[in-house]
Amino acid sequence: MNFSFKTFTGVVVLSTLLAFGSAEARDLVVYNGGDVTSLDPQKISGDWEDRVDGDIFEGLFTEDAEAKPILGVAKSYETSKDGLTWTFKLRDDAKWSDGQPVTAEDFVFAFQRLMDPKTASEYAYIQYPIKNAEAINTGKIKDFSQLGVKALDDKTLEITLEHPIPYYRSLLCHFTAYPLPKHLIDKVGDDWVKIGNIVTDGPYKPVEWVPGSHVLTAKNPYWPGKDKLDIDGVRFLSMEDNAAGFRRYQAGEIDIMTAYPKDQYTFIQKNLPGQGHFTPFAGLYYYLFNEQKPPFDDKRVREALSKAIYREVIGPKVLTSGEPAAFGWVPPGMDNYPKEGARFKWAKEPYPQRVKEAKALLKEAGYGPDHPLDVTLSYNTSDNHKRIAIAIAAMWKPLGVNVKLVNAEVKVHYANLREGDFQVARAGWLADFNDPINFLDLLKGGNEMNYGKWNNKEYNALLKQASTESDLKKRATLLKQAEQIALDDDAAMPIYFYLSENLVSPKVKGFKDNVFDKHRTRWLSLDK
Amino acid sequence: MLTFVLKRLASTIPVILIAITVCFFILRLAPGGPFDQERALPPDVLANLRAYYHLNDPLIVQYLRYLLRLAQLDLGPSFVTKDFTVAQQIAIGLPYTLIVGGSAFFLAIVGGITAGIYGALYQNRSADWLIAIVAMAGLVVPNFLVAPILQLVFGVHLAWLPVGGWGDGSIRFLAMPVVVLALPHIARISRLMRGSLIETLNSNFIKTATAKGIGRRRVVLKHALRPALTPVVSYLGPAASYLLTGSIVVEQIFGIPGIGRYFVQAALNRDYGMVLGTVVFYMALIVVLNLLVDLAYAWLDPKVRQR
Repeated sequence: MNFSFKTFTGVVVLSTLLAFGSAEARDLVVYNGGDVTSLDPQKISGDWEDRVDGDIFEGLFTEDAEAKPILGVAKSYETSKDGLTWTFKLRDDAKWSDGQPVTAEDFVFAFQRLMDPKTASEYAYIQYPIKNAEAINTGKIKDFSQLGVKALDDKTLEITLEHPIPYYRSLLCHFTAYPLPKHLIDKVGDDWVKIGNIVTDGPYKPVEWVPGSHVLTAKNPYWPGKDKLDIDGVRFLSMEDNAAGFRRYQAGEIDIMTAYPKDQYTFIQKNLPGQGHFTPFAGLYYYLFNEQKPPFDDKRVREALSKAIYREVIGPKVLTSGEPAAFGWVPPGMDNYPKEGARFKWAKEPYPQRVKEAKALLKEAGYGPDHPLDVTLSYNTSDNHKRIAIAIAAMWKPLGVNVKLVNAEVKVHYANLREGDFQVARAGWLADFNDPINFLDLLKGGNEMNYGKWNNKEYNALLKQASTESDLKKRATLLKQAEQIALDDDAAMPIYFYLSENLVSPKVKGFKDNVFDKHRTRWLSLDK
Repeated sequence: MLTFVLKRLASTIPVILIAITVCFFILRLAPGGPFDQERALPPDVLANLRAYYHLNDPLIVQYLRYLLRLAQLDLGPSFVTKDFTVAQQIAIGLPYTLIVGGSAFFLAIVGGITAGIYGALYQNRSADWLIAIVAMAGLVVPNFLVAPILQLVFGVHLAWLPVGGWGDGSIRFLAMPVVVLALPHIARISRLMRGSLIETLNSNFIKTATAKGIGRRRVVLKHALRPALTPVVSYLGPAASYLLTGSIVVEQIFGIPGIGRYFVQAALNRDYGMVLGTVVFYMALIVVLNLLVDLAYAWLDPKVRQR
């Protein structure tokens, strides 16, 4: 028994060494989903990482309580007439959490580092509208000073764009546009991001990070608005088990859940009134066709399958959590877009009518009872994806379509999509910034995310025209036209629009639902 | 004795090497890579990333580079978690796993052996049956069911214990995960112990001891227990390696930042560095634990010692 006793002694010693304090009274506890992979804003990609970095960093612009862009580190800005040159005056009291001033040079440094191929930033491409950014990131230009970001003096920054973009303020809120502490990175290099070294310029700063457990933040004593912050810090829990998280929420250990177990939807609505914030959110769930190969190079087949999906029941009955049916490609509520986006022409037809038409279309295309259409439907492993796939297979059955379901883990699924190894496949998309172009780009010819390889000249031309149009209204019209073309040609099958999945404890005040589902802690307060 | 230990350790090196090799190449054969994800990366960005992790080199060069690093005890970078290397992540997670797993191991031994002795001494009486029933339940009901039930009862409804999290690492936070982890092992050890002790108690040397007039307590504890422990000890090696490498289910449900989840998540993430790192670590642990079991045998059984 010596062995076990030794282990036990070791365990006791270790546990004493490891003991650390529990949550403070004014700390907000957030169920944050996946493990944060980095605090470096140029090395992250997920919304769970954005939640942490969005609290600890602040760009030229930042989000208000409803995720609309407002001035951040910039106190004022001017745009040139052609919309290409943006000049920002930085706040005089903007400081890093070590008391050093935030300078224009910090932004220049950050953007150059972002575009440096050696940084290997996954999200660098989102800032490609900056002049020469793409050329630098792809190694075509080696001289970083040619990047369209210049410091005119300590507190004046000038950004030059390749072409005017109406959503640029929203893009400046993105984590790829945060400044970085040049003075620190010059000194310690990549280690700047380690707890103990890291300094940030947002309302909070990270003070503890245990991988697999949590990131803990505290107020940044040098942030100009620190006196208005109600919450002292946030404990972002790395947890992916929604059911376990929900039990902790029920016990009062968690204040905000950013995802919930869907099978508890009815229970939550009944027993926790007002706590479920399930509101429209800039995300699209869709199926795409492999349009390189028969039978989906035939528009009639695509239209038939799309028409036969009874979208109205997917959210309420299949998922049971009420997601709205998608009859268009762009989720409702996006900025710079008409309230009513484009819709399928047949969207208002009753379902039996749609099925009838779908049958006729398939017959026309040469399929029917004696020559059934065999379809392979691929999805990445998840209960909800499976449920939807089974439901849709059943909806296609009456058309004489035989569906073979194929599921694969997420990495394999997307590798298959990239290689064109599928017939019909599930995909989803969440907006990175508040503009419909996020979604319309998915169907653009040549875009690597356009897995189905639908390629429509008229569509591509409209997007190109819109990209140089500085009149927002005209641009919106062009984009809506493009969306209608994609729908008319059944480029893909939109199925439903996402709903946000937040559970918010009644103790938390100031939580405002928004289409972007961003809720920075500075706008929240906590009752004791 | 020392030569025995050294010999045993040396003989495991080729085994570890083969396992690393197989693991390295199988992993690369698996479809999908670390950078395949919902948001496809632009080709240039992907090229930057692949260059950063040396994924463009021929596979054999990557393999040799890995071995060279390993020889310097460097497990390399993680492809997913950018701010920590593989070794750092294991080092951070390991203490949590050791505390939870070690406590569960201890509980399993004490609980299992006590229950086993009790069952053997009060054979086929109601207490024995009760233990058997509880043990079977512990063995059969999976931990992903036991854990939520305990959480709902003791955490949500009775509010006696925190539902999850590490907190200050006190017994309140540890109680449920440790019990959940230990339960199947308590069950198995108690069955092994009971069976083995009954057999030993029926053997001649025990009958002789009893005939000599030695008290029941002394016969059991002094004479019967030690030989009866042998099957239990052989079970402890695998049990320890299982418990000390953590359990993804228990860690996720209770929010414990141990290393158990890496075994599964790293593979799903195609985090090549992390998968190899955990495999190397796991094998090293098994080697050491098996060695300890062998030494324990020697202590328990004089016949082994003389060999």
